[in-house]
Amino acid sequence: MSFVPGQPVTAIVQRIEIQKLRQGENLILGFSIGGGIDQDPGQNPFSEDKSDKGIYVTRITPGGPAEVAGLKMGDKIMQVNGWDMTMVTHDQARKKLTKRKEDVVRLLITRKSLEETVKQSMGCHPKQ
Amino acid sequence: MDTESTYSGYSHHSGRSRGSHRHGERSRDRHKSRSKDSRSEKSVTINSPPAEPLLGDSSVRGEQVQDDNWGETTTAVTGTSEHSLSQEDIVRITKDLEDSVGLDCRRYVTRTIAVILGLLVFFTPLAFLVLPHILWPEKLKSCGTACEGLFISVAFKLLILLLAVWALFFRPARAGLPRVFVFRILLAVLVFLFVVSYWLFYSVRILDSQDDNYQGIVQYAVSLVDALLFIHYLAVVLLELRQLQPCFSVCVTRSTDGETRHYNLGQLSIQRAALAIIEHYYCDFPIHNPALLSASKSRAAKHLAGLKVYNVDGEFPAGPAEGPGNPAAAGIAQSQSRAMIAAAARRRDTSHNELYYEEAEHERRVRKRRARLVVAVEEAFTHIKRMQEEEPKKAPGDVMDPREAAQAIFPSMARALQKYLRTTKQQHCHSMESIQQHLAFCITNNMTPKAFLESYLTPGPTLQYGKDHWLGRRWTLISEASVTSGLKDGSVFVLKCVDFSLVVTTKKIPYIQMSEEYIDPKSHKFVLRLQSETSV
Repeated sequence: MSFVPGQPVTAIVQRIEIQKLRQGENLILGFSIGGGIDQDPGQNPFSEDKSDKGIYVTRITPGGPAEVAGLKMGDKIMQVNGWDMTMVTHDQARKKLTKRKEDVVRLLITRKSLEETVKQSMGCHPKQ
Repeated sequence: MDTESTYSGYSHHSGRSRGSHRHGERSRDRHKSRSKDSRSEKSVTINSPPAEPLLGDSSVRGEQVQDDNWGETTTAVTGTSEHSLSQEDIVRITKDLEDSVGLDCRRYVTRTIAVILGLLVFFTPLAFLVLPHILWPEKLKSCGTACEGLFISVAFKLLILLLAVWALFFRPARAGLPRVFVFRILLAVLVFLFVVSYWLFYSVRILDSQDDNYQGIVQYAVSLVDALLFIHYLAVVLLELRQLQPCFSVCVTRSTDGETRHYNLGQLSIQRAALAIIEHYYCDFPIHNPALLSASKSRAAKHLAGLKVYNVDGEFPAGPAEGPGNPAAAGIAQSQSRAMIAAAARRRDTSHNELYYEEAEHERRVRKRRARLVVAVEEAFTHIKRMQEEEPKKAPGDVMDPREAAQAIFPSMARALQKYLRTTKQQHCHSMESIQQHLAFCITNNMTPKAFLESYLTPGPTLQYGKDHWLGRRWTLISEASVTSGLKDGSVFVLKCVDFSLVVTTKKIPYIQMSEEYIDPKSHKFVLRLQSETSV
C-alpha cells in the first residue's frame, strides 16, 4: 500500500457498513483506531510500509457492531462516510467516526488479503 | 554527703590560658597551661565535680538507700554544709595548688626549651662556618669563588627560614588546650634529633680530624639549612594543610534550646576540632538567653505536681535517682514512677491548650510593641539631620557631635525600646550606654532607623554583645576517647560551659565514586513518539 506522492492512490477496498450501538449516552462502534499523520508510523504493527501514516484498526471489541459488520483487525480505513482517511490526523479521524448525529458509518477499508482474493478470483475466471 | 561546692575551674583536666607567647623561632611545644590572671571571680562556680576524660560517673555518691537499721549504722559526716569543705575538697585543692604552681613552671620551661631550640637551630650553620676559622685557621684552604657563592646562599636561606618560622609560629596563641599538641612535639623532637646528629657528625669527622677542605664544610652547612627548610615544609603540611580538606561533618547542638549548626572539618584531633567549633560558636550561634527557658521549666514542674506517692506497706520509699541501691528499693522506685506516669497520663491535662493560647497572646503582644517601637524610632530619627557645610553657621550650642545627638533623641524612643526588650526578654543583653553608643554609631554612618533597630529585633551572635557576655568563659571538653586522638565517624563529645553545653556528633563525608559518560553533541536528535490509540 505504498504510494507515490502526487499520484493517485489505487487500492482494492471493501465496503463495510456499521450500525452504531447506543450505550448509555454514547454511540459506539466497537473498535479502536491508531495512526494518523501526527503519529509515529514506525510503531504501527499492521502496516506493511512503515512510513504509512494512515488510520488502521488496532482492536475490535468481540461481539461489537464492528465485528458483526465484518471489520477485521489490521484493516486500513480509506474513507469514512465519504471523508478521506489517508491524510488526516488522529483526532480528525476520531471526530469523523464519532459524529453524534450519524447512526451509521460506511467505511472503505483495505487489507492485504483482499488483493490476493481478487487475484485468485481473476485467475480462476480469466475472461469475465 | 557529697558537697556540691567545688572550685570547678581548678581541675587540671580543663584548661584555659591566656595564651603562651613564644619567643623561640621553632617553639613547637605547646603545653597548654593556665595562667594565674585568668582566674576571675566568674570562674568560681558551683558545679558538680568535673568529669574525667572517661565518661564514668564519679564514684562518690550520696547517702545510700536507707534500710531498717539505718539509725545504728550510719556514720555522720560532720561539717558537710554548703560552705564547708570535706576531706576530698582539701585534697583536691592542695593538688591543684601544686598543679598550678607546677603548671606555671611548666609553661616557663616550655618557653625556655623553645627559645633554646630556636637559637640552636639558627646558630648551628653559622657555628659550622665559623669554627674552622677559629680553631685551625692556618691549615684551612682559602675559600674560592664557588665557596663564597655558597656563603650568600646560606645567608639568604637562613633569612627565608627566619621569615617562614616567624610567619608560621609567631602568631598569638588562640587558646589553651588541655593536652599537648602532638604534631608540634613530633616536629620539635625531629628538629632536635636532626641538629644533634649533624653536630655529632661535625664534631667527629671535622673537628677531631681538623679537615682543611673549607668548601666541603660550607657545603655541609648549606645542606643543613636546606634540610631545615624541608622540615619547615613538613611543618606547614602537618600543621596547616592537612586539616583544610573537609572530611567530617559535625553537628553542634546547644543543650538548652536546641540551636543546631553543621560545620565541615578536616582531619583534626578532638581538642583542635573542639577549638574550631567553639570559635564558630561565638560567631554563628545566637546568644544564649536563659530568660527564655523559664517557661518550659514551669510547665514541666506543673506536669507532675499534685501527684504524691503514699506507700502503705511501711517500707521507706527511695527516690528513683539513687544509684545502685538494693534491688528491692530499685523495684519499688520503678513501680512508683510507673504509677506516677500512668496517673499523669490519665489525668485530663489541658496544658497544651494553655500553651497554645499563651503563645498566641505573646506573639500578639510582641508584634504590637514592635510596631510602636518602629514608629517611635522613625519619628526620633526625623528630629536630627546632618549639618551641611554650606549652611550659615549656627550658634555653637546648636551644633552637636554624634554622641550628643544620640543623647538628644534617645529619650523619645527609650520607653518603647525598653518595653520591647522586656517583652522579648532581652533587657539584660543591652545596657543604656550600649544602646546610646549604637545610636551614635548609626547616626554617624547615616543609617536608617530600620538599620538601627536590626540589632534589637533579632538576637545576634554572641560576639556582637558586650565583652562581659563572652569574656571569661571556661570550656570543658568531655570526651570518651582521648582528646588527642583524631576525629572518627560517630565520635561524640560535649563542650561544657557554665550555663549550657554543646553536644557535638561527627559524621564522615562519604567516599564518592564518580564515572564519566561522553555525549556526542551531534547525537541530540528528536522524533515524534506519539502513538495513541482511541476507541470509537
